[in-house]
Amino acid sequence: MKSQMIDKPVMIITGTRKGIGKYLAEYYIEKGFIVIGSSRGDNGFKMNNYNHYCLDVTDEISVKNMFSEIRKKYGRLDICINNAGIASMNHILLTPFKSAYDIINTNFIGTFLFCREAGKIMKNNGYGRIVNFTSVGTKLKIEGEAIYTASKAAVENLTEVLSREYSDFGITVNAIGPTPIKTDLIRSVPKEKIENITKRLAIQRLTENKDISNVIDFFLKKESNFITGQIIHLGGA
Amino acid sequence: MGNRKKIENIIVNTLQELNKQLPQEQQLDQSTKTVIFGIDSKLDSLGLVNLLVLLEQNIEDEFDVSITIANERAMSQKHSPFRTSESLADYIEMLLHEKSND
Repeated sequence: MKSQMIDKPVMIITGTRKGIGKYLAEYYIEKGFIVIGSSRGDNGFKMNNYNHYCLDVTDEISVKNMFSEIRKKYGRLDICINNAGIASMNHILLTPFKSAYDIINTNFIGTFLFCREAGKIMKNNGYGRIVNFTSVGTKLKIEGEAIYTASKAAVENLTEVLSREYSDFGITVNAIGPTPIKTDLIRSVPKEKIENITKRLAIQRLTENKDISNVIDFFLKKESNFITGQIIHLGGA
Repeated sequence: MGNRKKIENIIVNTLQELNKQLPQEQQLDQSTKTVIFGIDSKLDSLGLVNLLVLLEQNIEDEFDVSITIANERAMSQKHSPFRTSESLADYIEMLLHEKSND
């Protein structure tokens, strides 16, 4: 059965249960988008023009099924924001294998899967915007974040290569690298460690949600069709 | 209509759909014998990507099953299942059969 295309722009955001993802979901619904969110657990909130999928971003079958439903239901996908991510701070000598595996899997493989499946729908309409999440860690080489930073460096390279592979389809692929932001991701990181990171920035403060939506808004603009393969690090990292 | 016939029809229709996006000199025959991949094919690598993605979606629409045509097995076979529309139909038929046994 061929799908009908609806008139509102459709956006996927991963990791919408809390933090940046939840903020972005609310922000873009307010701006008139249909938002499809995902998280491993139930998100616990309901909004108009919001649909939630409980899934693990590394589970290929669940992810493919989600994209299949989106294509059939909406007939389009305009934007994919790969926000879902996990972190764990450890000296490399004390980093459990499973912890390293899970971080690479969620942050990199999850982003890859969503970029791949999003590209398949976006190319049908010759238009798409993909925004990935990297981190200040790739620039500052923060001790204790070797695996997390490596996963984000992989995301940056993925972003740059995909920008070329997707350019013929009218799809741009960019990434944003926030500095620390008050979310669960840094909950267990000592305060002094966060201060040491922000001291190394040109603008020495934590990221706020609106700093992130501001950069994403720029990537999403119709006029930004010549902006691709770019990594914007906040705070002058 | 049997699955095999449906798959062949989907491939022919998808080739037709793809041809609309291609310049005249790259357009493919729309038959079960069409050469898709290899030195005798008119398709470039991007054309092959487009064809396989369109096929996945058209198969999904017809059979309500999500398959990945460009999977590890397809990539590692000595004789690519993407050589002709006939070998592609064989491969898709096998994937659908396996899916129905899951």
